[in-house]
Amino acid sequence: MPLSRLKHMKKTTRSNLITFAIVIVFYLVVQILSGAGVTSRSFEGQLVPICAYVMLAISLNLTVGFLGELSLGHAGFMSVGAFSGVLLWTVLGDSVPVYVALPLAFIVGGVVAGIFGVIVGVPVLRLSGDYLAIVTLAFGEIIKNIINACYLGIDENGLHFSMTDATSLGMEPDGKMLINGAMGITGIQKASTFTIGIVLVLITLIVILNMINSRTGRAVMAIRDNEIAAQSVGINLTRYKLTAFVMSAVFAGFAGVLYGLNYSSLVASRFDYNTSIQILVFVVLGGIGSIRGSIIAAALLTVLPEVLRGLQDYRMLIYAIVLIVVMIFNQSPQIVAWRKRIVARFTGKKDEKKGVA
Amino acid sequence: MQFLSYLISGISLGSVYALIALGYTMVYGIAKMLNFAHGDIIMIGSYVIFFAFGSFGMNPILSVILSMVVCTILGVTIERVAYRPLREAPSLAVLITAIGVSYLLQQVAQLLWSANPKSFQSIVTGIGLKPLVLFDGQLTISAEAIVTIIACVIIMVALTAFVNHTVPGHAMLAVSEDRGAAQLMGVNVNGTIALTFAIGSALAAVAGALLCSSYPTLSPTTGAMPGIKAFVAAVFGGIGSIPGAFLGGVLLGVIENLSKAYISTQLSDAIVFLVLIVVLVVKPTGLLGKKINVKV
Amino acid sequence: MSLLEVSNLGIAFGGLQAVSKLDMTIEKGHLYGLIGPNGAGKTTVFNMLTGVYRPTEGNIILDGKDITGKSPEAISKAGIARTFQNIRLFNEMSVLDNVKVGMHNQIQYGLWTGILRLPAYREKEHEMNRRAHSLLKIFDLDGEAELKASQLPYGKQRKLEIARALATNPKLLLLDEPAAGMNPNETEELMQTVRSVRDQFGIAILLIEHDMNFVMGICEEITVLDYGRMIAHGDGKAIRNNPKVIAAYLGGD
Repeated sequence: MPLSRLKHMKKTTRSNLITFAIVIVFYLVVQILSGAGVTSRSFEGQLVPICAYVMLAISLNLTVGFLGELSLGHAGFMSVGAFSGVLLWTVLGDSVPVYVALPLAFIVGGVVAGIFGVIVGVPVLRLSGDYLAIVTLAFGEIIKNIINACYLGIDENGLHFSMTDATSLGMEPDGKMLINGAMGITGIQKASTFTIGIVLVLITLIVILNMINSRTGRAVMAIRDNEIAAQSVGINLTRYKLTAFVMSAVFAGFAGVLYGLNYSSLVASRFDYNTSIQILVFVVLGGIGSIRGSIIAAALLTVLPEVLRGLQDYRMLIYAIVLIVVMIFNQSPQIVAWRKRIVARFTGKKDEKKGVA
Repeated sequence: MQFLSYLISGISLGSVYALIALGYTMVYGIAKMLNFAHGDIIMIGSYVIFFAFGSFGMNPILSVILSMVVCTILGVTIERVAYRPLREAPSLAVLITAIGVSYLLQQVAQLLWSANPKSFQSIVTGIGLKPLVLFDGQLTISAEAIVTIIACVIIMVALTAFVNHTVPGHAMLAVSEDRGAAQLMGVNVNGTIALTFAIGSALAAVAGALLCSSYPTLSPTTGAMPGIKAFVAAVFGGIGSIPGAFLGGVLLGVIENLSKAYISTQLSDAIVFLVLIVVLVVKPTGLLGKKINVKV
Repeated sequence: MSLLEVSNLGIAFGGLQAVSKLDMTIEKGHLYGLIGPNGAGKTTVFNMLTGVYRPTEGNIILDGKDITGKSPEAISKAGIARTFQNIRLFNEMSVLDNVKVGMHNQIQYGLWTGILRLPAYREKEHEMNRRAHSLLKIFDLDGEAELKASQLPYGKQRKLEIARALATNPKLLLLDEPAAGMNPNETEELMQTVRSVRDQFGIAILLIEHDMNFVMGICEEITVLDYGRMIAHGDGKAIRNNPKVIAAYLGGD
């Protein structure tokens, strides 16, 4: 009996299944509504970005909630993933069938983002403290500046690269610009669809949830909870910190490719500090360490500003306030104690926190 | 000669970093937190001067003092409202709150004064100082550079004397060494931390005035990058150390300016952060920092 | 050959010599006590034995292998496990998972086995759960396996730390004040448990403890430290009557 099995399942397994169900139900409902012609054009335009942001929020939560480190450069990993994946997609063009080119674009985007994760993570993750936040923030800004100054073109003589301007590439007149500095990549053959997005969200969920509920995930959480004790039971700190951090970067890269292939042009300034903060807000508002919360927060906060156009100007201001208020409300010992008293007064019993993920 | 000119403007930029780094390093040493919003306090302070001096024609010195007062109030308020409730909370929570505060200041500035950069009128030329011309005009040192370097040295000496020779200074040292023990010895820990924020924020106002006088564009994100670089300078010199902040700041300013001049403008930021990574790998305690033993 | 041979062990922090010229031998299956006044350097010895601190002089040989100055991770793999004076559990993880983390190097499978849920995953997780539950049962914690570690009462947290340390399958177990903060009944019960752990697992145990009844009650040999030096060594009776020990505890010279 499937139902009685559901009852006897471990709490985390059951919780994970509910998370999967939410994503699938969301997909089906949207498909039915759009089939019935009820959904608006602007909402449909948001579907792929929603999937990308959900992936970003889940992957950032791996770093913040499970590794216990802060990354402020998630948009940077998204950016390198987007540019490398979309670049490959443009170069391959029609010479390769779509079902080969598209997976390749995603794989390259993820791998490149992962490589940058290693470059940032290896020197910084050995240290405890707030260094990762600073270095990832710097990474995001530097990547943006460098890509903005990149000029890449192709003609019959091969690839041309410059960091000054387009003319210094010295290309043949029939050559094609691939990356045009601050104008980025243009003329992209759009390839992302809502279905691809949902498939990627499900892959992200399977990989990250399975990782968390495995030996690797336990090691990562043990390090988060107590580094000294984790070492004392024989866990290699750097190795597991790096595993989680790089995995987080890889999925940001996938999300970047998904996002990049949804538009006809791609510019680096799309992936700035504001984007990193926005992803952090999804994680914080959804609950640090709660994958399901990240999904819901990312989806809602991506759709809401579209609905409440009047608040557009204040959106980032509200995000800033959300970060401060949620932290103080959830983490201040005095306020947590006060909340417990209030809860106790109304329910007559002690407030017990639920398990996460 | 050109090299010398790059070097001097590097030292001047580095002096600004040093002043900002002082705020980071003192707060980090005493409250054990990374005050992300420090760079944005600089920005707010610069807007105060921009309006007081630039728009209303207030005396340049008075407008800097006004800016120091505003920043001090702002810094202490932020500490009281946003950071103090989280004093016993996990460091990740404090860090995220600090980022929230930083972002809040930027967004408020953007709503009040728009994202368009404003051109800042140098307070140094406002006082009437002229650039120094040497070697028959082969080398010109801007008045801003001279004032910045002198101001930085004076502040550094004064602050060192304050910490080492006054009662509140000793309280700061005690709290940074062991907060619990300091409390037991009758040190007012909350007061000392508030004082630290006050001093750091007042210095941020000075740093803002000097920074914007040398690099006269002001926008809501003006403080962000110099703030982060100043943190790099603080780590470079050894976090928690006042002379370290000075040394780290000046070195970082010189490195940045020389790499801008001789390597690449686009890559100069990357080079600055490469310095941070090299320091973290080779000597995580920084040039003048001391090793902190975790109690097991 | 003895299980652990410590010779001439010492460490200095800056100019302060915290421990010096310490010699110690530990035999398989025996129970040892390490006592001394506050600040005598007992926990520092534990920190050197487990690689948290790197000794500035001397050698530590475990089962014939030199482990002096090795990382905590390597020393855990070599077979020394410990608990901490100020409890260090993985607070946000379940009681069961705390013990399973302890088995990190005992039952292994790779990242992809976990992500792809290969057959080995099921098999090894099952084995881990089985062993973890039987360890929890020894400490009467199996009823609380699904609670978060931070939700346990203090005394049970101390027990969970021991269970986690045992999960690493150590040859030598170091307990840093296991009875701290426990009432006499709990202490009595803990004595029984420590003894039965030794008998059941056949491992050597070295413990730091201020409760003299506890130490005298179960330790076969006791080493006394004062100002970082060993001032006495022997069985309970010899230690009790040793004038140097009495002087150290009473603060006389």
